[in-house]
Amino acid sequence: MMTSEFFESWFLPGIWITIQVTVYSAVLAAVVSFTVGTLRTSQFWIVRFLAGIYFEIFRGTSALVFMFWMAFAVPLLFGVQFLPMGAGVLALGLTYGAYGSEIVRGALAAVAPAQREAGIALNFTRMQRLRRIELPQAWPEMVPPFNNLLIELLKGTALVSVITVADMTFSGNLLRLATNASAPIYTLLLVLYFVLAFVLTRGMRVLERQAKAGIGQTPPSSGLFSGLRSKSTDTAVTGGVK
Amino acid sequence: MSTDQNPSVPGSKDGTELIRFDRVTKRFGSNTVLDNLDFTVAPGKHVTLIGPSGSGKTTILRLLMTLIRPDEGTIRVDGDCLTHEDKGGVLHPAGEKHIREVRKKIGMVFQQFNLFPNMKVLRNITEAPVHVLGMSKDEAEERARELLELVGLTEHIDKYPTQLSGGQQQRVAIARALAMRPQVLLLDEVTSALDPELVAGVLDVLRDIAHSTDITMLCVTHEMNFARDISDDVLMFDQGKVIESGSPEKIFNDPENERTREFLSAIL
Repeated sequence: MMTSEFFESWFLPGIWITIQVTVYSAVLAAVVSFTVGTLRTSQFWIVRFLAGIYFEIFRGTSALVFMFWMAFAVPLLFGVQFLPMGAGVLALGLTYGAYGSEIVRGALAAVAPAQREAGIALNFTRMQRLRRIELPQAWPEMVPPFNNLLIELLKGTALVSVITVADMTFSGNLLRLATNASAPIYTLLLVLYFVLAFVLTRGMRVLERQAKAGIGQTPPSSGLFSGLRSKSTDTAVTGGVK
Repeated sequence: MSTDQNPSVPGSKDGTELIRFDRVTKRFGSNTVLDNLDFTVAPGKHVTLIGPSGSGKTTILRLLMTLIRPDEGTIRVDGDCLTHEDKGGVLHPAGEKHIREVRKKIGMVFQQFNLFPNMKVLRNITEAPVHVLGMSKDEAEERARELLELVGLTEHIDKYPTQLSGGQQQRVAIARALAMRPQVLLLDEVTSALDPELVAGVLDVLRDIAHSTDITMLCVTHEMNFARDISDDVLMFDQGKVIESGSPEKIFNDPENERTREFLSAIL
């Protein structure tokens, strides 16, 4: 059975690793999403083409295989050895960034063309229009799909366990080998992923409300968890950190 | 710099014309919207473009605002060519930098207002002066307050555009365009999207501006009383050409062209 000593020395650090991998990959994915997504709206076809190639390659390859490739093929091919976590974060961030770039591109395309024209009429440069007009208006459209993607990413971090990163899933597998208690361990893992995903969703809901308020839309009334939201977010995160 | 590009050279800026269209043709697919159009506007004049829909009036404003490019011909504003630039004596299609330089002189108010929904009223007005003209924030805000007073919206300075009525939004849009201190103000059917009871407020503001400033106005409108009030000249368009022009008294009271008569009797 699960000993409390094992839980504390393996499982809790595993949760922390999962959170770390999620955060690092999400930051990388966000940078990739915005960079590739805006480049795909470039006025220069060659830029759109190259960004499109990036998108197609990473959408079309398996994150898991790419992770193996980063961890085991790159050292042989280029003589560079990533830390396992680094390889995992790169693979996840670059892959989910490709999906995210589609969200950014789509939301930018959905900004009314008249806004672009108003920006031109006021003599803004292309970069200024993007930064001050188009991206801020596209942002509220991006938050819900980004929320989905973030949850996908969180669950995708379980992949890093196969390249020896000691995340939640890795610890669970290890514990199962030691105790053979498959049912409680995998049930616990399911619950833990759900709790983390729920916390992320709540956080993104706050972000969505702020984003909508930022373009003068009245946010929808917050419903069931409005009073609990910030509180549950805080306790859950710090609970994981300890 | 060549002589005809330099606004300081006499002849290009002799005070007789601020806007010049030279044999401008614009096609959308097989549809020729403007057909070898020539016309000029003198500085400080208020010119109204009238004509049936599809006659190319709005296209003229969009060409001037560089939202679209002509297929043939040249457009000059204050002596500077919007469409081409001179590089070592050879004319090239105008680059972004050159276009932005010329575009400084032009402001536009749109039919659908096109305020930035992600900015409050004040920032809608100050954003471009601060980031495009490099004005200090304090100066831009002071100027914005003056303009909001001019359009009668001081109390709405801290609201988002979605919290304003159409008429109020359009008055903010007018203030926003004026904040860039353009020499030419383009008004593209600025009251067409408004509820009837809001039209008068916007037109009053524009009358005020027309009578109290020396800004050049190019105005596409179906408000003939307004056109009569503010215009020095009226140009009647049909099928991409100017078919008649003259003072508002002449065009509205005694048009010579048959199509002008038909058009006016249909809308008045």
